[in-house]
Parts: sequence; structure tokens; C-alpha cells
Amino acid sequence: MAATTGESRFRDSVVGRVLAWFGSTLKLMARNRVGFAGFLVVSTIVLVTFIGPIFLPSEQEVDVSEIYETPSWSHPLGTDSEGKDVLVQVIDGGRPILIIGFLAAAISTTIAVSLGSLGAFLGGRTDTGFTWLADMVLTIPQLPLLAVLAGILRLNSKIAVAALIGALFWPTLMRAIRAQVLSLKERDYVESARALGLGTPHIVFREIAPNMAGYIAINFTLAVTAGMYAVVGLTLLGLVPLSENNWGVMINLAWTRGAIFSKDSVFYIMAPIAAIALFQLGLVAMNRSLSEVFDPRLRRGA
Amino acid sequence: MASLTFFLIRLMPGSPVEAYIANLVSQYNLSHENAQAQAASLFSLDLNAPVYQQYLEYLGNLVRGDLGESLVSRGVPVSEIVMAYLPWTLFSIGTALIISFSVGIMLGMLMAYKRESKLDHILTNLGSIVSSVPDYLMGILILVWVGVQWELIDVTNMRGTLSPGVQPGLNLTFIGDAFYHASLPILTYVLGTIGLWMLTMRGSTESTLGEDYVTVAKARGLKERRIATAYVGRNAALPPFTQLSISIALVFGGSLLIEWLFVYEGLGYLLYNSIQQRDYPVMQGVFLIITTMVIVANLLADLLYSRLDPRIRVAGRD
Repeated sequence: MAATTGESRFRDSVVGRVLAWFGSTLKLMARNRVGFAGFLVVSTIVLVTFIGPIFLPSEQEVDVSEIYETPSWSHPLGTDSEGKDVLVQVIDGGRPILIIGFLAAAISTTIAVSLGSLGAFLGGRTDTGFTWLADMVLTIPQLPLLAVLAGILRLNSKIAVAALIGALFWPTLMRAIRAQVLSLKERDYVESARALGLGTPHIVFREIAPNMAGYIAINFTLAVTAGMYAVVGLTLLGLVPLSENNWGVMINLAWTRGAIFSKDSVFYIMAPIAAIALFQLGLVAMNRSLSEVFDPRLRRGA
Repeated sequence: MASLTFFLIRLMPGSPVEAYIANLVSQYNLSHENAQAQAASLFSLDLNAPVYQQYLEYLGNLVRGDLGESLVSRGVPVSEIVMAYLPWTLFSIGTALIISFSVGIMLGMLMAYKRESKLDHILTNLGSIVSSVPDYLMGILILVWVGVQWELIDVTNMRGTLSPGVQPGLNLTFIGDAFYHASLPILTYVLGTIGLWMLTMRGSTESTLGEDYVTVAKARGLKERRIATAYVGRNAALPPFTQLSISIALVFGGSLLIEWLFVYEGLGYLLYNSIQQRDYPVMQGVFLIITTMVIVANLLADLLYSRLDPRIRVAGRD
């Protein structure tokens, strides 16, 4: 009985603390105007691409009478080579790219943080092994390997694509994390945790990892951009046969249907490019705010 | 690295070798043994031998420069094909990296010297914009706007590595033509990498300017220009230089998309084609060469770094 009430109180306090933390973080982020603008752009794109498709027609009809229309009230971004509305496609085509980007980033960040901190903390042969692995993966040209693998394996699922990208993009962050842990593990509070006999997982994940939270968060957003770079590149080359519509497929279609050589199609090819570029810029700008949130020394004024 | 490509191509479930054998059996009614023998000669592997022996043989062939033969152009050694495409990639990427690194660190220094000025703000924002937009998207933007919408350049004419009729040789026509065809890929690589150098150099110059030896040099009454080059520039260029090795791998990898985009016949283009045609020996060969190039380039960068930073030379690795 006592245990359950204790647990619910714990959960309440965690939810409360998260909300409070979220509020104060937003306030801190708003201090850097560029960063906050980036945050707004990113959250708008995420909201629109995830919630927008609910209000869209599920299937668009081919309409040969409306090929490569210029923007109008009924088609704010014009139409494509089959007379389909471009705006609808842009809103609908963001989700797969964003999901793969975030998933790949989550995978590569998890690998980087676990291998980096465990290696640095345990030292010895484990450390040498992990560092060697990272150096090795780092010298592999990632995009060609992904392309070769995609050519051999015929990747059909989002998770497989994300896992593949994530498995290749972790080494840079891993080396940085390792360096940080090497310096953190000599700090007094880690020494005392060790003296108390707390296990390695506890020390790594409860004592050391939280101190790198900011650094990890910033690198996570960078990993999202890297993941999107890879997945859009692969779909652009036609190597990831994702059957559904997405931004990479849109550019690929615009390109292969010769849209690139006809002036009328400029809205069709520019719309997904603009969406990707905006999202990437938004993430990078957001990092300015994030680094101020996590590193109080960077904050200007009070 | 060679090992990785070997195991990748040979041992993967539904590996290319097996697929090729199955294809021979079903299409040409060959017996399994015959098909296997043919596949073995193409991939220069002895498929009946145990895997470790195949692996050793593969390594042996590799040392002799034997990468097998192309599946699509029968009888042509992979090494010959790869060597024909390699120089163009080296040329375009090498030129681009030299331009972007030197211009980038100069701009970065300029930004640090004029920090908080309008110029600094403009360049900082430009630098972060070009480094966050994927390079191939910038390539498409160049093609769509400069080529198609404004019709400033003839994009189709610039495709390929040389105009028809131009022979390689040490003359101006050849060199001019090579640069003409490589100009758009080079421009894209430069745009894709320059932001990184600018921003890193800006940061490192800023911290170098605060060093004691710079203050001392000023106190000694040395000329501003000499301080900027011999004292500040030389030391501040070290951090961006260490990032060179990481971006070499990225640019080599990115050449896959950039060369496809501009139809520039280098290794990236060859790799794309061999993937499309399922020409596995060529795929394997190109991948191996790209990886080797990245490793060699990294070694060169490390050697150069030790020339630039005497501390490394004396102290060894750490």
C-alpha cells in the first residue's frame, strides 16, 4: 500500500517536474531569437506533416487537364506532371522522411552514448575495441555503403532503412562522448559513487550521462539532419523503394520526368527542396537556443 | 576494409554470387556446377573452397590488383574500368577541397578580425545556411535556377567529363575543357564544405587572437600583416585542418549523388550505374577504391598536419 502511493506521488512529481522544466526551457529558448525562430519552424513542420494529412484527401486523381499549373487558389503550389496538387503532396510527404530521420538519430545516438561512455568508463580492452570499431566505421564512406546495401538488400521498411543509417552514423559522437566521460569520471561525485559500491550501469546512466544531456541533445538534432541527408539522398537515387509519397520521391519524380528541364515545373521540384532545407535550417538554428539552455555561460545578459 | 567488402558481397543472405548462380541456372539452363564455375571466375573466387581459403585468395588477388571482371561488359577487368573513372573524381574533389579550404579559412579569419561587424554577421549566417542544406539539394538548385530558369549556362553541354573530340594531353584546350565540365560539381562541393571551414576558423582565430604570443608580437611592433599570417593564421588553421579528414570521407561519399546529378563520369557515377545494372564485381571494386582513397587521403592529411604542427612531430601520436 505504502509502495503504491509512493509510486504515484513519484509519478506526479515527475510529470510536474517535466512540465515545469518544459516551461522554463521554452522561456530560455525564447531568449535567442534565431534559435527560437528555428524551434518554431521545426515544430510547425512536425505538426503540419503529422496532423495535416488527416484533413487531406487520401488519394489524388490524375488530371491531365491540369498539368504543371502555376499556383492558384485551388492549387496554392501548383500541380505536378499528373495534375496532382503539390501542396497536398508536400504536407503528406514529410512524415516518412521525418520518422526515418528521428529514428536513425535515436539509434545512432544510443549506440554512440552507450559505447562511448561504457568504453571510457571501463577502459582497457573494451575501450580499445570500441575505439577501433569507431575508427573503422568512420573510414567507411557512408553514402556509398548505404547505396550498395540498398542495392543488394532491397530495403522496404522504414525501420530497416533507419537502422542501417543509424548503424553507420554513430562514430563521431561516440568519440566525443568518450572524451567527455574520460574527464567526467575523475570528478569527485563519480569517485564517491564508486566508493559507495554503486554498479557500473548506475554510475554511467545516473551519474555521468545527465551531465552530458545538453551535448547529447544538440548532437541528436544534428544526427537527425544527417539521417535525413542520407534517406533523401537514397530515395533521390531511387535506391530505397519506399512505395509511399515522400519528399525524396517527389524530387526524384520531378527529376526523372524531365521536370528539371521544363520551366513550368519549378514549383513541383522546389516545394520539397524548400521543405527539407527549411527543416534542416530550423534544426540547426534551434541548436543555438539549445546550447544556451544547457550551457548557462553562453546566455547573454539576464 | 577489403575484408568488409568481401564479407558483404560474399556472405550476405541472398548474396550477389548466389543470385548470379541462380540466374545462370534458370536463364541459360546451365548445371549448377557450370554456373558456379562461371560465377567463380567472374568474381575471381573459388566457391568450392572453404570460406577462409576464398577470403585469402580474394586478398591475394587484391594485392595483385585483380578485382575480377565486369558482369555487364564481359571480359573487361574491373580494375581497368575503375581506373578510367578514378582520375576525374580525384581531380574534381581535390580541386574543390583546396579551393573551399583556402577560401574558407581566409573568410573565417576575416570574420574573426571584423567580429560583430555587419560583414561578420552576414558571413556567419551564410556559412551556417550552406553547411546545413544538403549539398545535392544545392546542386539541384544550381541546375534549376542557373540552368533552367535563368538559362545562364547550358547544362546539357556541361555533362560528362570532356567535350567530344577533346583528347587528354598537356594543352590548354584539354585543361580548360576539364575545368569547364567539372565546374558545377566543384562549385557544389565548395558550397557544401566551405561553411564548416569558415565557422571553425572564425572560432579558432578568435581564441588565437587572445593568446600571449600574439600580444607579445604586437608589443614587439611586428607588422599587422606578418602577425596575421605567421602568428595567428598558422596556429588558428590547425583546428579546421583536423576536420579535413572527416570531410574527405563525406565528400567522397557525397560524390555518388553529385556526379549522378551532373552526369559527371567519375567513381560516384560509376557506382550508381553498377548498382542500377547489378554489376556486383564493379560495385565491389568501386566501393573498395573509394574506401582506399579515403584512407590514403586521411594519411596524407595526418602527414601534412604533422608538418604544420611541430608538437605532433616531436611527441608522436599523443
